[in-house]
Parts: sequence; C-alpha cells; structure tokens
Amino acid sequence: MARSMCWHCQSEVTGEYFCDRCVKVQPLSKESDYFTCFGLPRLLTIDAQTLETKFYELSRAFHPDFFQRKTDAEQAISLGNSALLNTAYRTLKDPIRRAEYLVQLEAGSVKDIRTSPPADLFEEILELQDDLDGFRAASADNEISERDRLQAKLMDKREHLKRRQQAMESDLRSLFTTWDHLQAQDDRNQAVRAEKDVTLKHMREILSNRTYLRNIINDLTATIG
Amino acid sequence: MARIFGIDLGTTNSLIAYMDGATPRVIPGRHERTMVPSVVALTDNGIIVGDPAKDYLVRGSERTVYSVKRFMGKGLADVAEELKYFPYRMTEQGGVIRIQLGEKSYSPPQISAMILKELKLRAEAYLGEDVSKVVITVPAYFNDSQRQATKDAGMIAGLEVLRIINEPTAASLAYGLQKRTQGRIAVFDLGGGTFDISILKLKNGIFEVLSTNGNTHLGGDDFDRAVADHLLEEIRGRHGIDVHDFPDTMQSVRLEAERAKIRLSDEQKTSVALDLPEGRGTFHSELTRDQLEALTKHLVEQTLAPCRSALQDAGLQPSDVDEVVLVGGSTRMPLVRCRVQDLFGKMPHSHLNPDEVVALGAAVQADILSGGIQDMLLLDVTPLSIGIETMGGVMSTLIRRNTTIPASAKEMFTTYVDGQTSVDIHILQGERELAKDNRSLARFQLKLPPLPAGVPRIEVTFLIDANGILNVTAKDVRTEKIQSIQVKPSYGLSDSEVERMIGESFKFAVEDLQARQFIEARTEAEAIMKATEKALRQGRQLITPDETETIKASLAALEAARTQGDHKAIRARIADVEKATHHLAEVLMDHSLKEALENKKLSELT
Repeated sequence: MARSMCWHCQSEVTGEYFCDRCVKVQPLSKESDYFTCFGLPRLLTIDAQTLETKFYELSRAFHPDFFQRKTDAEQAISLGNSALLNTAYRTLKDPIRRAEYLVQLEAGSVKDIRTSPPADLFEEILELQDDLDGFRAASADNEISERDRLQAKLMDKREHLKRRQQAMESDLRSLFTTWDHLQAQDDRNQAVRAEKDVTLKHMREILSNRTYLRNIINDLTATIG
Repeated sequence: MARIFGIDLGTTNSLIAYMDGATPRVIPGRHERTMVPSVVALTDNGIIVGDPAKDYLVRGSERTVYSVKRFMGKGLADVAEELKYFPYRMTEQGGVIRIQLGEKSYSPPQISAMILKELKLRAEAYLGEDVSKVVITVPAYFNDSQRQATKDAGMIAGLEVLRIINEPTAASLAYGLQKRTQGRIAVFDLGGGTFDISILKLKNGIFEVLSTNGNTHLGGDDFDRAVADHLLEEIRGRHGIDVHDFPDTMQSVRLEAERAKIRLSDEQKTSVALDLPEGRGTFHSELTRDQLEALTKHLVEQTLAPCRSALQDAGLQPSDVDEVVLVGGSTRMPLVRCRVQDLFGKMPHSHLNPDEVVALGAAVQADILSGGIQDMLLLDVTPLSIGIETMGGVMSTLIRRNTTIPASAKEMFTTYVDGQTSVDIHILQGERELAKDNRSLARFQLKLPPLPAGVPRIEVTFLIDANGILNVTAKDVRTEKIQSIQVKPSYGLSDSEVERMIGESFKFAVEDLQARQFIEARTEAEAIMKATEKALRQGRQLITPDETETIKASLAALEAARTQGDHKAIRARIADVEKATHHLAEVLMDHSLKEALENKKLSELT
C-alpha cells in the first residue's frame, strides 16, 4: 500500500491498513486497484486458497461488525473498505472477470460489446438464428414433429458451441501464462512491451467472443430448455 | 456499553435472547415460556400483546392482528389474494398497508413495534436492566422494503436497531458457536410465514454465505390454511354451515387446524373438535397424517426449486453439502424432513430447538457487535439483484443477487438535452428483464446545473450495507460536491411518518402498559381461580374446615378484585390466594397429587 497521511492524526501511515500511531483504520485508496488491494502483483494465475485466506484476513480487518463501537468516521471507512474488498474478491476469484479487469487496467477502455458474430462463427450463427426462428414458429403453430426435429438439432449445436467456449477458455489460460511470464521481465525492453500489447489485444478479442458466445448459448437454453 | 439483545421477530412467535457469558439464552416469560405469540389485540381496556392477545383471536377476531409480518413492506395489491383469510380490515395509504383497529389504523411496523416492546419489557423484567440496543432477524429473502419496515418497527418501539440479520445465517451462528463446524452447510428454514434456504461455507470462524433463495410467502400459515379449508368443507358438508360468515369461528378452525397439524408430526391420526357457531353443536372429525400430507404436498414441493437455485448459484451439487440444518417450527413435519433428505441425499438435523435457534443466533451476532466474540464473522449476501430502470423500461442490474455485503456500485448520469435540470431515477429489485416485472424500491430525482447536454456528470453510489439495506448518495463529479437526495420509498413509511409514530408510541406507552398489566393480572387471576377450585375439590378432606373457609374467602376476594380492581389489587389478592393455598398444595403433593396445583399454568388450562 502506498504511503500516505493518516486522516486522523496526520502522521505518516507505514502500516498496511491501520495507522501505527493512533491505530485508526485507513481508507483503501480510490486509486488502488484490486490486485494492490489484496497485496498481489498483476498476474493472472492466482491460487484460489491464497486469495480466500487473504480475503478472510482483510474481512476481519475491515468488516463493519468490528467497528460498531467506533466513531462515525471509522464506521464509514470500514463500510467503504468492505464494499471495495468484496468487489475486488468477486472480480479476482473468477478467472474470466479477473482477465477482463486486467485488460481494462492495462489497456484502458472497458470490454467492447460485440454485436455481430466473430468471423469464424458467422455462418454457423446465421444458420442457428434461422433454426431458432423455425423452432419458435413450429412451437407457436403446434407442429410437434418439426419442433422436435429443430430442438434436437439446436441441442447438438449448443453442445458444439459449448465446446467452442471451452476451447476459448483454454486459449485464455495459455495467454494467462504468457502474460505472467512477460510480467516477470523488464518492462523497459521495447520487445517485452510490444509482446504485452499483443497478448492483451488477443485476450480482449477472446473475452469478447466468449461473452458473445455465452449470450447465444443462454438464449438457446432460454428458448429450447 | 449497554448489552445488545437478539430478537427473532417471527410471523407466529417472537423471542428475545441475550448472551449469558459465552452462552446464548432465550429469555422466558411467566410460566417459563420462551415464545411470545406475535399477536396484538385491541380490547376494551387497550392494546395487549402475546399470550393474552391470542385468547382474543376467537372472541374479537376483527380486532386481533396476527401474522402481521406477512404485510411488512407491502402494498395492499401485493396481498390482495389472501386478504379474505384475515378477519381484520386493511386499507392502504402511501403504498403502505394500514390495519384498522377500532377507531385507529396502524401500519405493520407499528403493530410489530408493539410486539418488540413486549419483548423489551420481558427482558427488562427478567434481567433488571434497560433494553435499548438490539439485533433483529428477518427472512434472508426479505427485500429492501421489508427490511426497512423491520428497522422502522424497531425505531417505533424506541429501540436502536444495530443490525438486521438474516434468519438462516443467524441459525448458522448459533450452530457454529456450539459445534465449531467446518465445511459447507445448507440451512433450510421454514417458519410460520416464510421460507429461506441459505448455503454457507464455514472455515476458521468465517461464515461465508455462498447463496440464498426463498419465498417470503410460504410457511406454516399456508399449511394451516390448507387444513382449515379441508375442515371448513367438511363442516359445510355435514352441518350445512358456511363458517366464513362467522369470523370468530373461522379463527377457531384455523387454530384447531394448526394444533392438529402439530400433533400429526408425532401421531399418525388425530381427532378434531370444534364448537359450531350459534350454539349449533360440536363438529367432530378425524385427520390422518396421510391426509395432511396430501393436503400440503404441493406446499412442500414449493420449497425444492429455491433449494436447487441456491445450489446452482453456489456452484455446488447436493452431494457437496456436508450438513443440512433445519430451522423453523414447520420443519418438524415429517414430510418436510423427508423431501429435504431426498434432495440433499443426507439426513437433515435440528440439534438445537428449531423454534429458538434463530433468536440464539441473533444473540451471538449481538455479542460480536459488542466486541465479545471476536473470532466469528458472518459474511452475508444480498438475496435479490438491485438495479435501475433504463430506457425502454428495462432493468439494468447494478448489484447482482448473492453478492457479498457490504456491496457497492457506481453509475454515472448525465443529460440528453441542453439545460436539463433533473434526471429521474427509479430503483428496482428483482431478477426479471423488464422493470415492471421487478419490485419498485424507490424513486428519486437528481438535480443538475443547467448546462449543455452531456456536460453535467453526477456519480451515484448505490451501497448495500451490512443490514442488506440500500443507501444512495450522489456526487457532482465536476464540483466534487455531495448532493443530498430525497429518496421516496415505493412501499415504505417516509422518515416523517416514522418520526410521528415514534412520538405516538411514547405517548401511548403509559396507557398501553396499564392496559397490559391489568389484562395480564386478570387472565392470571382466572387461571388461579380455576386451579384452586380444582385443588379444593381434590384435597378438601386433607385440610381443616377452617382452612377451606379461608381459601374460599380469598377466592371471593380475588373474584371481587378481578371485576372491580386495578392490576395492583388483583395481584395482591392473587398473592393472598397463593398464601392461603400453600398448605393445601403441600398436602396434595404429599399425596402425590402434585399435578393439581401445577396445572394452574395457563398453558394447560386454555
């Protein structure tokens, strides 16, 4: 945590979350990112156990339950810190959210929302939409055999799409390793920086394709059950 | 610092508990009973609460309020379907239900406040100390309006509500304290009016809620109603009477249905007896457990889907759950136990009294807040997603359900038209796509400086605190100024209404207390008179004729006080009777007839 001044006694805060002199809780800086909040480097491979242990430890430090008898100012800090901590944990715990967050931190701009299918899925998605329309029409008109035929076909498609999603996730995991490896290297090296940019760009693309695919799968499930 | 108490404000019964050293204990009232029936009656002598009020259900049903928890944080339209089941009259004002009692109408938080005050008095009498700070439990699936209404009830009762805590998680605290459990547990909580399922991970004193689900309109009341409807049908068939026309008898049927249901948890078959209205004789019938289960099967089934959703949200299979804990009186039903066991594939348990465990857990949370217990920490979640209405009537979710609380989300607002000076914001709670399908929580208006479109930037922070209650603040990003906003709750009392009700509550406190003391004394006098007469019949030959005369005289004096005196006079005459019967009680006990005087307990007489 960055060194700063205690809001209460104005002495320099060197401890992690509490002022050494007056023992008041310190607000987590609004600038500090979720990784910093957990005292972690910006790496994408995170051990779930370590993260949980740290989350519990910080929860014990900040939770409003333990500030009931403190001043209003301290209660407000406790509430703010706990809310931030909970968001940070939720984000870092899930590998996809973690990657989205890191891409946003490193390369700015939020995840771009894809509205048209990725190029390599274009044909497949168009056909799928046709089949979905057909399924809805058959259901509405009570054409049982046609509906069942399309339902079976769509279920197959769904399985296929799910495998695609898994493939994307495995691609992501290998990019996680690449990223973590690059983070260990000297950032002043132009080649390292360039490779990082490529990795981030690649991750962002897979993340947005994956989100698109997941929405399609959810839609499918909502329609065909 | 004053001690903090834990309160279970239940649909059917309420309890208050405290930490006695390292052990949570429920505070008993007279006759050692720990539960205060959540019933409030308006009598000719004023308002009474609890056991004595319960007697009025069958002789003044239109002025006796029960199950008020069902109406907390609700508008009349929300409960339209079940209005016909309640004998008291309800109206609506400002999105809040009002219950008519005589000349006056009361909001559900005001009625709940009367129950809370009763609990406060009970604890004060028992411990001889002031009760001012409390933790109150609510169903985990209670929405924001219902939680706020509960907090309002506490304020109206003159209590400082330090925390609103979820019932199933409170229960887990009581269990955790006792057994130091580790692993994943599911708490299945079926109470008088609500159902909750919560899945928790317990590790080194941290109680992390993974997911929660439920139904705030499913509980013992619904089971009683199913049985009562069956009995009403039978009465109509056999006696040609439509009991719906007789509100007091309707309540007798409801209460008898409840008692039969309870008996059928231990027995296979039970008999039912009811006095018919207008002296038209007595209705006798029999009910088997099979019949009960056929009548209520669909209700038990309704608990299973929320369990499956909770498991899914926690990312778990039923077999991942290490322990299933049962909470709430309705989990005593064998069918409930059986279905829960089927679903989770393991035997559920209720080592702690399912009626008391929530109050015990509330006392544990109270102790954590007062700095007593330091190694336990509950990390709860918000049961329902919170969002705002966006263009086209769609809900945009800001904080998803099952997010650990405290939780916050920020949203930036700007203008679409030059010189626009305000933005209307509608806050919603629920899981549906469209705003209209979700629960409206509140509306407020953001004030903006007149600037070109898109220039103003107001950052609004939505923060769900540790009580699961939403707080909204707004900040002008350009000026860094915090903007105060007036949030208008859709189904809640305004701040000024709560203020007024707190005032009224104090104003009537003295009158209410006198009425309460009088009615309690009178009820006890009646019970003592009955018991003493019975003892006299059984033990007359064991005492001298002089003694008999003394006892008779004391009884006559008590009867006179009961009809004419105030509560102090009645209490004094009760003491006289107890003194006069002291020897009689002894000799009766010597003759191992000791039940006779012990039976003066109100519970066994009514």
